[in-house]
Amino acid sequence: MKLRHTISALVENRSGVLAKISGLFSARGYNIDSLAVGVTESPDVSRMTIVVKGDENVLEQVTKQLNKLPDVITVKDFKDTDIVERDLMLVRVEADKKKRPELLEIVSVFRAKVVDVAQDTMMIEVTGDEDKLRAFTELMRPYSIRELARTGVIALERGGK
Amino acid sequence: MNGAKILLESLKKEGVKVMFGICGGSVIPVFDELYKDKNINFVLTRHEQAAAHMADGYARATGKAGVCLATSGPGATNLVTGLATAYLDSVPVVAITGQVATSLVGNDAFQEADTTGITRPVTKHNYLVTDVKDLARTVKEAFHIARSGRPGPVLIDLPVDVQRSDTSFSYPEKVEIRGYKPKIKGHMKQIKAAAAAINSSKRPVIYAGGGVILSGASEHLKKFADKGKIPVTLTLMGTGAFPDTSPLSLGMLGMHGTFYANKAMQESDLIIAVGSRFDDRVTGRLCDFAKEAKIIHIDIDPTSISKTVKVDIPIVGDCKNILTSLTRLTESRERDKWHKKIGSWKKKCPITYARDDKLRPQYVIEQIDKLTRGNAVITTEVGQHQMWAQHFYTYTKPRTFLSSGGLGTMGYGFPAAVGARYGRPRKTVVCIAGDGSFQMNIQELATCVVNKIPVVVAVLNNNFLGMVRQWQDLFFEKRYSHVCLGKSGCERVPDFAKVAQAYGAMGIRVEKKSQVRGAIKKALEYKDGPAVIDFLTEREENVYPMVPAGAALDEIMIEMA
Ligand SMILES: Cc1ncc(C[n+]2csc(CCOP(=O)(O)OP(=O)(O)O)c2C)c(N)n1
Repeated sequence: MKLRHTISALVENRSGVLAKISGLFSARGYNIDSLAVGVTESPDVSRMTIVVKGDENVLEQVTKQLNKLPDVITVKDFKDTDIVERDLMLVRVEADKKKRPELLEIVSVFRAKVVDVAQDTMMIEVTGDEDKLRAFTELMRPYSIRELARTGVIALERGGK
Repeated sequence: MNGAKILLESLKKEGVKVMFGICGGSVIPVFDELYKDKNINFVLTRHEQAAAHMADGYARATGKAGVCLATSGPGATNLVTGLATAYLDSVPVVAITGQVATSLVGNDAFQEADTTGITRPVTKHNYLVTDVKDLARTVKEAFHIARSGRPGPVLIDLPVDVQRSDTSFSYPEKVEIRGYKPKIKGHMKQIKAAAAAINSSKRPVIYAGGGVILSGASEHLKKFADKGKIPVTLTLMGTGAFPDTSPLSLGMLGMHGTFYANKAMQESDLIIAVGSRFDDRVTGRLCDFAKEAKIIHIDIDPTSISKTVKVDIPIVGDCKNILTSLTRLTESRERDKWHKKIGSWKKKCPITYARDDKLRPQYVIEQIDKLTRGNAVITTEVGQHQMWAQHFYTYTKPRTFLSSGGLGTMGYGFPAAVGARYGRPRKTVVCIAGDGSFQMNIQELATCVVNKIPVVVAVLNNNFLGMVRQWQDLFFEKRYSHVCLGKSGCERVPDFAKVAQAYGAMGIRVEKKSQVRGAIKKALEYKDGPAVIDFLTEREENVYPMVPAGAALDEIMIEMA
């Protein structure tokens, strides 16, 4: 059965590390949904959040293989963890004067934001988890999506740590 | 001190006495330091691939890390096959490559290649050193990573300007890599569970691999097997980890394993995997693999566990420690019924061949075994001869059978023999080669002649890419597509004895069975350089037993005499 896991890795913040990790995924044929990297509170450590799909066996291998890389400091599979997950999306849709009121209504329901307006298009920023962004994308389709970009999921555990 | 000298000083701190490689524009500063340094023996090879295999052979024969050195671009890319070979067989090799100056990196400069990018999938770790201040620490880390945990090759890419830059030299005492802490000690709860399973097993088998040799655990394995009277089968890589001469020995398992080893695996109720990884050449068709067996898996690499075969009792750690604890908890058992059964399989299908007047490759290996009293270090190339070298030589000690198991690299065996001889200069070293494979690194005869390295190359010359011909024979109705190495008909090309002589080596041609022993003796006695014996063997001999690819482990083809 295909599962979708969010894996969080703390890695050395050095050139070449991203290549080592993405190379591992392509060499072993793992399917990545998204991969997001950014520096953490310590400037020499980056956090990589990887969303992967696969069966139990594959996901176990992914965690083990990541752990094996000397540049990877810790790895945690968030499968049984209460986490906050966020992904940020920018989407530009066609929006002539007639359509704008409808769009603005959807934007407010999703607590999204209009960040750019042009003659006949509008750019919307929306943040959330996978389900929310998917639902929002579906609602935007009838308005004809011109462009779309996402940061990929980042996540942290809930609770006092 | 400049980077080049820091490199050499650091290598010496790691105990490096010999290095293999070829110079070039972007490593000249290192070579200039080598010129002045009398404590490192640099061996100039004729191809960088061979340098990597020599470092690998040195490492496998001694247990120490082997070191090779090449220039940027083509020098580095030529190392790749050697690194991949070492990677798949978990061999500690440290490779050093020159790189174009840091200011030129990324500009497609002359002889620039993205060496760390190219070698990433075939090394355990690699480094591009851009600041000379990082160099000593990088060397320290590289050796630590190469040798510890599951060993493997590590590459250091060193731009030429870093080799020239100056800084003060101090070698770090300790390594601290926060992301790298191999687990050595096995979990006691798991070890106890394993012991309980062993003590209640009626038909246990130990399936041991190269990990036993890497961990230096051969004696521990012997004690464990002897105490529990548990039969032992070895992988190709495990050859030598357990003496072939023990009554508990089942020989090799897998595609060209013995009938009785494969049978024992399939019928056992408990498989104890030690430093082995359930490779597809070992398990046969997975869904039919050892259906009744519980599986204990001892390995230092967690990624090896439950990768292909689901394991019941995993124990992550160094097999030496774990075997010691396990032996203590294992009760002595006779297991007579099981041994009787195995005995009957052994009698029914021993490893054998037609002992007639023809010059058969198996006979040659038997005679090498007799004349070296099983005491040589044997290296092999890849193909039929590799399997025969496993079957017909008697191995009783670890680090005496060096063969490219994981990658199956033709061209490995001869340079590996040279490396082994540098590592163990008092040992007789014999490379058992095929005529196809030997030609992939035959140029190293020059290296051996120049340095007076007395390795013996026994070419089992069938004038074919024999192993592929065997597959075409058995599974493609004898359509021998591009596997004949000679001229049309059967004239063999080249004449290896003459080639050897042209290099200044001893070259002997053997056409008849009666000449075999004399030729081997003569070659073994020759100490001034390499000796090549060209054995013109039966051309269409096949390796048996054989489990066809994709078949179950007990669907075994046995020779029809
Ligand atoms: C570098 C490389 N190329 C191709 C192969 C595929 N291959 C495996 S065995 C073999 C034939 C080897 O022939 P030879 O060295 O003469 O040994 P023989 O099988 O005849 O004993 C070939 C081509 C390989 N293993 N390695």
